[in-house]
Amino acid sequence: MKLDPDSAYVRIANLTKRFGDFVAVDDVSLDIRRGEIFCLLGGSGSGKTTLLRMLAGFESPSAGTIRIDGADMSAIPPYERPVNMMFQSYALFPHMSVERNVAFGLEQEGVGREQIRRQVGEILDIVKMGGFGARKPHQLSGGQRQRVALARALVKRPKLLLLDEPLAALDKKLREHTQFELINIQQRLGVTFIVVTHDQEEAMTLGTRLGVMNHGKIAQIGTPSDIYESPATRFVADFIGSVNMFEGRVSDDGADYLRIQCGELGCTVRAERTVSCTRGATVWTAIRPEKINISRQPFGAGAPQAGSAENLVRGTVREIAYMGDMSIYLVQIDSGRMMRVTLPNIMRGAERPIAREESVWLSWHGSSPVILTE
Amino acid sequence: MVAGIPTLWLLVLFLIPFIIVFRISFSEVRLAIPPYTPLLSWRHGAPVLQLHWSAYRFLFTDTLYVSSYLYSLKVAAVSTLCCLLIGYPMAYAIARSDAASRPVLLMLIVLPFWTSFLLRVYAWIGLLKNNGVINNVLMYLGIVHHPLALLQTDFAVYIGIVYSYLPFMILPLYANLEKHDGTLLEAAADLGARPLRAFLRVTLPQSFAGIVAGSLLVFIPAVGEYVIPTLLGRTDQIMIGRVLSDEFFENRDWPVASAVAIVILLLLVVPIMLFQRLERRQLEAAK
Repeated sequence: MKLDPDSAYVRIANLTKRFGDFVAVDDVSLDIRRGEIFCLLGGSGSGKTTLLRMLAGFESPSAGTIRIDGADMSAIPPYERPVNMMFQSYALFPHMSVERNVAFGLEQEGVGREQIRRQVGEILDIVKMGGFGARKPHQLSGGQRQRVALARALVKRPKLLLLDEPLAALDKKLREHTQFELINIQQRLGVTFIVVTHDQEEAMTLGTRLGVMNHGKIAQIGTPSDIYESPATRFVADFIGSVNMFEGRVSDDGADYLRIQCGELGCTVRAERTVSCTRGATVWTAIRPEKINISRQPFGAGAPQAGSAENLVRGTVREIAYMGDMSIYLVQIDSGRMMRVTLPNIMRGAERPIAREESVWLSWHGSSPVILTE
Repeated sequence: MVAGIPTLWLLVLFLIPFIIVFRISFSEVRLAIPPYTPLLSWRHGAPVLQLHWSAYRFLFTDTLYVSSYLYSLKVAAVSTLCCLLIGYPMAYAIARSDAASRPVLLMLIVLPFWTSFLLRVYAWIGLLKNNGVINNVLMYLGIVHHPLALLQTDFAVYIGIVYSYLPFMILPLYANLEKHDGTLLEAAADLGARPLRAFLRVTLPQSFAGIVAGSLLVFIPAVGEYVIPTLLGRTDQIMIGRVLSDEFFENRDWPVASAVAIVILLLLVVPIMLFQRLERRQLEAAK
């Protein structure tokens, strides 16, 4: 079978890695497209770093194959792979200057002295470290080291760059700034990025596509909005962002809607039909906090049709956290469960803001709940 | 107060003995107790300082001394190099072994110290002598027909010194290599360096401090080594430690013996200072 080169630049098939009895990566199959930023997102021990290390060649798979640009990587040692990696610790050589660090990869290829000097200069300019060539790594700040590590990984112009938690060691302000710079450089050089991160915000801003990993398996692959708006499993819904989740039973399945009896919620949920499930099946209803309407009167804006107790619950505000751009309300609904609702603070000094211990109604649109079967 | 104790230690056990030896080296030998002339004598009611350079002059007139110094430096240098070539791979292997087996391996390195040093050198005589273990095995296997002259050769001295001093090479090297960050080698491999090149470009330069520390710990005592060359070494060419002891105990020429000691010290001052500078630099780097 001839592969379309643009459909899968990196093709990972049935990849498994065992360390003794522990299965770090469990039968993962994954295609990564040319020129994209693919983020592997997962908690610690989810197998994301092991997967990255297998791509770089530092770990050999227990089973399965990795193909890069059509070539099988099984027998290729790390020093012959068309891949470079930016390490989480940056792994800069402490006894070499910035210039020597960056030149290291080119020297291994036997590139001429003059060309090395030119290419090192170019890449240091790209990462805005032009004047720092003579410094040693310990004379640099964390952010500068990160740039040098990036320059060193990019100087050989790899087709594929692996980044292990590239921003984890930076403080928040610098991280945000660097995120956009990374995307900028990636687009300028046309490199395919595979980024490993545990930070969902980082994954969402960086990634053109995300792969959420859990217990060595890929839980879901999709664009950031796919993953956020249409999580495939309870794990994904819970891992990305915050969510209100209630167990229920399908009581009515129409052609384009589902009705779910939710004991924990104390009302019927009517949701757009996005999954196939039969009447009587146990499902979970996931509603994002920002997709819930909070009001003093029932049937406010976006409320369901009058007369039914669908997608509407009553509760009492127990806690309000003012975050500046938005406020988080923790509402105890009549069934006793807590629900998390966020509202953007659009107006300065709203006339009569909802206060603690006030009785409120929560409602949501039929398109808001995500119905999950696993 | 605490800083005073090491100072006092050095003063009593190092500086004062050094001054005594230094002083004797400027005397002349005489048949008396003590067997050397005093530096200060009273003449016409005034103290007269009499410095004799004869002991030092004597060191450079008789070729025995110069050749013994050069021979000692050569033996120490070759032994240090051998220790480095054998010790580095061992230290590297221990540093790369899994954490659970490291204490056992280090124990094996230190274990020979639990038997007497003299006993271990004597054991080599049993191995190396004409009807010793090595020659007997070689003859039994038909590899040689006459016993090889192993004992009382340079080879035997090298074996003795390398065997005895190897731990002093391995331990500082291990302490250095054990701290190395394995990710750096992965980074080198990732950038296209084969394992040997990665070792030469990353591991070796970073272990330089360990190499210098281990080499000096072997070289400095090996120059003055007395027991090993006396028991295993040549009789036609002796090392300077043996010369020193012969001058003291055989010839009872204390001034020449002292001069020999002072010149050894001068020869070793350069490497000792190197060692101390390196240690200071490492301390500063650690901060």
